Amino acid sequence: MRPLDPRLIKWAQATRLFLILSVILGAATAVTIVIQAALLARIITDVFQRGADLASIGQLTAGLAAVFVIRALLSYLQDWIAFRSSAQAKSQLRMAVLDHAVKLGPQFLDSRSTGGIAQLTGRGIDALDAYFARYLPQLLLAVVVPIVLGAVILSQDLLAAAIVAFTLPLIPLFMVLVGWYTQGKVDRQWRTLAVLSGYFLDVVAGLPTLKVFGRAKAQAANIRQVGDRYRKATMRVLRVSFLSSLVLELLATLSVAIVAVSIGLRLVGGSMDLQTALFVLILAPEAYLPLRMVGAQYHAAAEGISAAGELLDILETPLVESAAIGGAPAGPLALDLVDVSCRYPDRDVEVLKKLSCSFPVGQVTAVTGPSGSGKSTLLQLVLSFMQPTAGVVEVTGEQRSRSLSDIDSEAWLDQIAWLPQEPVMLAGSVFSNIRLGAPNADTESVERVAYQAGLTPDVLQQVLSDTGAGVSAGQRRRIGLARVLLRSKPLVLLDEPSASLDSHTEQVVADVIAELRAEGRTVVMVAHRPALITLADHIVHLEPVEQISEQVAVSGAGQVPLPGLRP
Amino acid sequence: MTANRGWRSRPVFRVMATARPVRGRLLLAGLLGALAIGSSVGLLATSAFLISKASQQPPILYLSVAIVLVRAFGIGRGVFRYAERLTGHDAAFRSLTDLRLAVFDRLTVVAPAGTSAYRSGDLLNRLVADVDAVVDLYLRVALPYIVAIVVGIGSVLLVTIFVPAAALALAAALLVGALIVPALTLRRLDRSQRKVAPAMARLTAETVTLADGSAEVIALGQQQRFLDRIAAADQELTQAAAVAARSSGVGSALGVLAQGGAIVAAIIFGTQAVTSGALDGVNLALVILVPLAAYEAVQVLPAAIVTLLRVRESARRITAVLDAPNPVPDPVNPVSIDAPEAADLQVTALSAGWKLDDWVVGPVSLDVRPGRPVALVGPSGSGKSTVAAGLTRLCPSQGKVFFSDQDLSRATGDDVRRIIGLAEQNPHLFDSTVAENVRLARRSATDEEIHEILVELGLGPWLAALPDGLQTPVGRFGRAVSGGQRQRLALARVLLSETPIVVADEPTEYLDASSADVVMRALTRRCRHRGLLIITHRAADVAWCESSVSLGGQISV
Repeated sequence: MRPLDPRLIKWAQATRLFLILSVILGAATAVTIVIQAALLARIITDVFQRGADLASIGQLTAGLAAVFVIRALLSYLQDWIAFRSSAQAKSQLRMAVLDHAVKLGPQFLDSRSTGGIAQLTGRGIDALDAYFARYLPQLLLAVVVPIVLGAVILSQDLLAAAIVAFTLPLIPLFMVLVGWYTQGKVDRQWRTLAVLSGYFLDVVAGLPTLKVFGRAKAQAANIRQVGDRYRKATMRVLRVSFLSSLVLELLATLSVAIVAVSIGLRLVGGSMDLQTALFVLILAPEAYLPLRMVGAQYHAAAEGISAAGELLDILETPLVESAAIGGAPAGPLALDLVDVSCRYPDRDVEVLKKLSCSFPVGQVTAVTGPSGSGKSTLLQLVLSFMQPTAGVVEVTGEQRSRSLSDIDSEAWLDQIAWLPQEPVMLAGSVFSNIRLGAPNADTESVERVAYQAGLTPDVLQQVLSDTGAGVSAGQRRRIGLARVLLRSKPLVLLDEPSASLDSHTEQVVADVIAELRAEGRTVVMVAHRPALITLADHIVHLEPVEQISEQVAVSGAGQVPLPGLRP
Repeated sequence: MTANRGWRSRPVFRVMATARPVRGRLLLAGLLGALAIGSSVGLLATSAFLISKASQQPPILYLSVAIVLVRAFGIGRGVFRYAERLTGHDAAFRSLTDLRLAVFDRLTVVAPAGTSAYRSGDLLNRLVADVDAVVDLYLRVALPYIVAIVVGIGSVLLVTIFVPAAALALAAALLVGALIVPALTLRRLDRSQRKVAPAMARLTAETVTLADGSAEVIALGQQQRFLDRIAAADQELTQAAAVAARSSGVGSALGVLAQGGAIVAAIIFGTQAVTSGALDGVNLALVILVPLAAYEAVQVLPAAIVTLLRVRESARRITAVLDAPNPVPDPVNPVSIDAPEAADLQVTALSAGWKLDDWVVGPVSLDVRPGRPVALVGPSGSGKSTVAAGLTRLCPSQGKVFFSDQDLSRATGDDVRRIIGLAEQNPHLFDSTVAENVRLARRSATDEEIHEILVELGLGPWLAALPDGLQTPVGRFGRAVSGGQRQRLALARVLLSETPIVVADEPTEYLDASSADVVMRALTRRCRHRGLLIITHRAADVAWCESSVSLGGQISV
């Protein structure tokens, strides 16, 4: 971890103002420390050397008390501002990440685990508090305070100032050197440590399997043995990595000791007075304190940074530069897939292999096949969320045809109405959820499509909660279906439109499909149920790639009995 | 398990009890830590004395002890701190192993039915992380408190020698730092949680909606609308956090005031003592400056309390496992089962479920004879796998299970599993080689035997393509292995084991028709003299069996 990660500052601009405020507060704190030391030195000298009593140091003591009150106030402000701007910085980072993630597209978001990105931008980002609210201000104090205090010590005693000026820069220097050395050692041990620390999880996760084969109890000895090896390996690493804090502590306290002894010796020689001596003695440790605190907060901050690493990785994932510039062909659309192969970036097996098939204008085409045969991938391709690794998707409009990869994604999506398996629901009324498909639609149209999708008028005003709860799975599909109708686009994609629906609603779906056909739309539907498949003008049947060397879509009329269909 | 009472039964103490063997090491670490901060106090105290004494310009010899002490303390701080951290970490890791063993011991009894940990990978990860988190309990909670107590008492005693009244003020200031400031920190966390949590929940809900529906949202061109909604929730959260931030500095401000109070009190009482002659002026600097250094001992305690809160949650989940009752207890006086190589398994009216008396499946009756495969069929979700778990005593069940005319309900679970082997539907692959993962079933198995079985199951081409064949590591949790391969490795395990009965749970789940045929052929051929129960929802599998039982009880041959 770099002491000051420029990436975080770049994405969270709120930190800039905060850094300036921190410097000001840090300088003010340094001034109060100087005044406090001066007052303490004066009071001790007055009482010890000049025989002053309580009454005569009353004013000085009151002044000292006031300084403590101001210091308390400053530390309160420092904390407040730190946490406040930390909240702001986190907010900026969060929105930047979400914004970028959406630009990266559904393929990217789907590749992350369920709730992953929500966790990451929600609670996960809180780990950065240690960095923004604790480490960063301390880092600035570590720069500001020693400079102020060093200058003051210099004005009092050249030798002490020289000792401080010589040792202070040595601390970060040595820490960096030790850090480098340690990193090498840690990297070499890393694989061992990772294996050993993963062992327990591995054994616990596999415990049911171990039990089945009567091997569970025998693992205890292994756990102890691996635990011991892990401890020894870790201690070897720690012995080295703790050296950096040893250097820090050693330099910081030893230099104070050297300052103290040098002052003492000069006092004996009479070349220095007590008040100056005490003043320098009190100030010297304060010059090192902020740097020591940086060391203490470094680890918590490093944990936060590594948590932020995932966020920064998202931010730095480059957007795919699209060469597509053209708009979509106008009018009714036909699609032709020619030798299309496709595979997910993280897998080496193709989901589609040399697939050729057609979706003719104004007709209903059913896509069938067992799970894993690439039906969903086919829809992803048509939606341009995935790009084929080979082959082309040809789009034919009224006048011309174009390769899908040449069409601007936004313009293309504007030609499509899509019913996904789980339509998205946002908090608000069912009415506004239907209108999500066409934000400018009037009330009458919404009511009409709702009726067509089998939603009763009273359902329209029903309100969904934050989590989309409040409607059944069946209603959710009907809302999605209404959305599709409201959008009235030339190309309609239906992903298992009748899944989790009863036979009555299945009839509604069938009516909707008939309606879409009557309107002359090109319909592509992924379907399992025979009742829907019989509605299709065409069938494209897919088989999983692993079974075949080349995927040839079996096309046929709707009434032909199909292979591989599960009852 | 004996019932503990009072504070000893609290999760944190229960968990810490496993540290008993390393108590000495922990105390030593605490002592070293106290010496480290004590060195800071000593450095300032002896320097103050040295300078005061030097100002009287005595012969230099009078100062030599003080000079040596100043230098010693100067070195001591870093060295003691280094030793403390090493000793503390060593002790914490030692006790971590003990805790892991304690948790594992209980898990071997109750897993998988008796704990919620096996319901999802996330819960399991959390349990393991919880056990690891206990290290912080020693390093970041116990040690700082030990250090604070030792240094606090030491500093107060030091000042008491010179000015008892000033010592009293120092003690009060340290108590504020050790008790009140951490308490304020706790209260702040609690209050900010109450303000921030609802806003966070809304933000998370909005983000989940967008992330789950991102494809449709983008297809509809509505991404900005969703981002705006998230931004609104984010604004709410940020405002709540900003309000909560107001109270965050109170603790540290109070700390500065307490320290200042102790110093001002030391000045007042010290000056009075010097004026009255009770205190030699040369010691005044020491009395006034000790509070400046001693306060460091309590400064880390608010952070310690925050850690304690976090670890307490972990400790609670760990004790839940330690206290989990055994869902499938062995009979009180188990009988040993005589296990011939081949015999009949008769199952009559078996019901099974993941909780006692909460049966999710059954009653089902089966008769498994050597060389006559039986299929147990039913749609997915009908509880077929639960039957397998019940038969192998991995979950509670009721009904009669007889093997070779012996009542298996009177045998221990371990003995039952020596008779009934299982190829699980979601088998675990250990972070080891392919060969070791299969050899788990029988230690004496040779590489040739393993290779032969895997080839028979249709994994020949896969093995040949692996960089090191059987000796290829499968990676963490078998990530490099697909579902179908994983399933077949599990089948190889159970075939290699020598149980007279074999239960295969969905053996062809991830396979295409021709691979499924290969697997079924191998299974039935290898079990010519063993009882074989195939649990499946595929009609093609049933054709390989002599009889089939549908969940519900009808038998069709």
